[in-house]
Amino acid sequence: MEGSWPVSEAIEPKAVSEIMTQDAGGDLIHMNMIQAINSAMDVMMDRDPTVVVMGEDVGFFGGVFRATAGLQQKYGKNRVFDTPITECGIIGVAVGMGAYGLRPVPEIQFADYIYPALDQLVSEAARLRYRSAGEFIAPMTVRSPFGGGIFGGQTHSQSPEGIFTHCSGIKTVIPATPYDAKGLLIAAIEDNDPTIFFEPKRIYNGPFDGHYDTPATSWAGHADAQVPTGYYRIPLGKARIAREGGALTILCYGTMVHVVANTVAMLGIDAEIVDLRSLVPLDIDTIEASVRKTGRCLIVHEATRTSGFGAELLSQVQERCFYHLEAPIARVTGFDTPYPHSLEWAYFPGPVRIREAINKIMKD
Amino acid sequence: MTDPHHSGAAQGEAGRNLPPLRLHVPEPPARPGESADFTHFDIPAADAAPRPDESAQPADIRDLAYGLVRVLDENHAAVGQWNPKLPPETLLRMLRAMALTRAFDARMFRAQRQGKTSFYMKSTGEEAVSIGAALALARDDMCFPSYRQQGILIARDWPLIDMMNQIYSNTGDRLKGRQLPIMYSAREAGFFSISGNLTTQYPQAVGWAMASAARGDTRIAATWCGEGSTAEGDFHSACTFASVYRAPVIMNVVNNQWAISSFSGFAGAEATTFAARAIGYGIAGLRVDGNDVLAVYAATRWAADRARANAGPTLIEHFTYRVEGHSTSDDPTAYRSAEESSLWPLGDPIARLKQHCIALGIWDEDRHAAMDKELAETVRDAARAAEKNGILGHGLHHPMESLFEDVFEEMPWHLKEQQQQMLDEWKAAGL
Repeated sequence: MEGSWPVSEAIEPKAVSEIMTQDAGGDLIHMNMIQAINSAMDVMMDRDPTVVVMGEDVGFFGGVFRATAGLQQKYGKNRVFDTPITECGIIGVAVGMGAYGLRPVPEIQFADYIYPALDQLVSEAARLRYRSAGEFIAPMTVRSPFGGGIFGGQTHSQSPEGIFTHCSGIKTVIPATPYDAKGLLIAAIEDNDPTIFFEPKRIYNGPFDGHYDTPATSWAGHADAQVPTGYYRIPLGKARIAREGGALTILCYGTMVHVVANTVAMLGIDAEIVDLRSLVPLDIDTIEASVRKTGRCLIVHEATRTSGFGAELLSQVQERCFYHLEAPIARVTGFDTPYPHSLEWAYFPGPVRIREAINKIMKD
Repeated sequence: MTDPHHSGAAQGEAGRNLPPLRLHVPEPPARPGESADFTHFDIPAADAAPRPDESAQPADIRDLAYGLVRVLDENHAAVGQWNPKLPPETLLRMLRAMALTRAFDARMFRAQRQGKTSFYMKSTGEEAVSIGAALALARDDMCFPSYRQQGILIARDWPLIDMMNQIYSNTGDRLKGRQLPIMYSAREAGFFSISGNLTTQYPQAVGWAMASAARGDTRIAATWCGEGSTAEGDFHSACTFASVYRAPVIMNVVNNQWAISSFSGFAGAEATTFAARAIGYGIAGLRVDGNDVLAVYAATRWAADRARANAGPTLIEHFTYRVEGHSTSDDPTAYRSAEESSLWPLGDPIARLKQHCIALGIWDEDRHAAMDKELAETVRDAARAAEKNGILGHGLHHPMESLFEDVFEEMPWHLKEQQQQMLDEWKAAGL
């Protein structure tokens, strides 16, 4: 494939109605989240010759988490290539490639490393459409593993999604299952706006129930790990009801969806668990309907609390559902400290803290 | 006990008898009230720099990063190996584009002083950097400019009224009044949207060039930044990417000696040249007399041919002088010697080309005066036409609700909600 690019094709955004009616393509097979993400890039590179994958160690080696394994062999070095270790450069180059007409999918090896790229993301990619009144766009999808629970210490554990949701012009998407990871990543790549795609690395290989001292489980046998081999997309901005219930609403995303689900099961409480999937755009209708139904709301995320995305969720729920609330809205989040190494499980918003919060909300 | 975080001076190990360390904080040669002195400048003869083959190895041409590529000599003749030997019509086109840029700057600077807009930046004395490059590049090569390359748009015959509409942020502004004046965007002219954040365009230009190479295209990219912002990380990320992938890109550093009030020493000029930054990255580096439009043309052409031949990127330092303030917001007499610009040893780029054309017998003072008059009228007419679309702050702007457009391709609910709230509030206030 190398050096044999097809002629450039115009990028035609698809209508939502068309998107919604497209069938999930191919047979269902078991995939863990890494395989699902790899499959999404494979499908998109095959469908769209303008899609390019770049980042530190993503080429020959296939990425430190193996998410890009096999793509360089299949699509060539002109479309899948290793980069120098400069996140500012990676994103800046991706902005230029987008201006040329490509659809870059840069990887930032850990979300903790994304800060050197902030100016290129926040001041450039996110503002390009606006400042040029649509003359230039930055249709890139920045993939990056995020979150803790792997003893990564303060530089391999952070959840910086709130930094991006605070900035205008950029979307932030976080999957919680292999099925969603593939469908959302395909939608993000096809989207003509820049998208941060944070991958909860603690659940790459299996759902995590929050009990760090029990054996890890794999995705084997999990219904959401049955993934179509072909093309399908999950529209950005549509939440998923991970569990229907009437006692309270729990808003969460990524790894915390599974930790919350397990805690709810242990308590035997009839909670409604909303997996947000996408923070910007946010599925406010699903949130509002759920809280109006249950009258109680808990927000769970791993990121630090102050000015975290939970603060925005709390405000939205308060503004829209105040007269339906029967208890104060509560948050369970990471603490406002750096992510500690040895005390990771004290920091992590695990089952103990979630259970306490649920009990308090239900008593109020 | 002493505070372990503040061990203080003179607390080294007893008996070591070491001299105290000194911090060097650069200071420009002349401040206000002092005499400027450029006699220490080493200006090589116009024909001194050799012109290597475009495919030369960077390691073999390192001297060019410390010398000065020049063409026009003191007798107004075009000399040496870098002489591009341009036909008279091209010389006169260059002269006209530079003069038009200066006339445009004069008019728009005055418009800002008259309160018709918020901000302006002149390129006085630096016109050759943009015009020489624009004429050496192909029309479809992609430019990623900084904020002082208005000359590229003018050399590419972009309508003046379109630029002025942007400066006035009026109803005719294609950018819908969203950008600070002079932050143009002109895709059709191969002119990327200008950012106010410095040198972010550098890795973007490299990325565009990499995409062009990966697609087997023939177009190349060029980018510009000031000497001050070579200190930004983006500059070094871009140089690394350009070197690693041998990207078909020309990276221009406009060394106009001043970054607002900070002289070039704060970007490292006391230690080496800016062209020499290329050497560490293993890419070709040229240092050029930026007030000699023929030298700028020749160097750009060399770099463009090199890029088109897949021989790699080039970093060009344009040695020039910022005659005016950084922008309408600063007074240069507050931080530098008032004499500097008149003593600048490399002269005025327009005067130098004019004298060259006169020496060639293709131009004269009368024709030059007539051209200046005509260009002033052209600019005045364009400004009057643009002002019919409005000036900043006088009501003729894009609709209020347009401020929510183009944040995303499709407006999400939260922006629609905020847009409606704004309109409702204005309506309730009777506005």
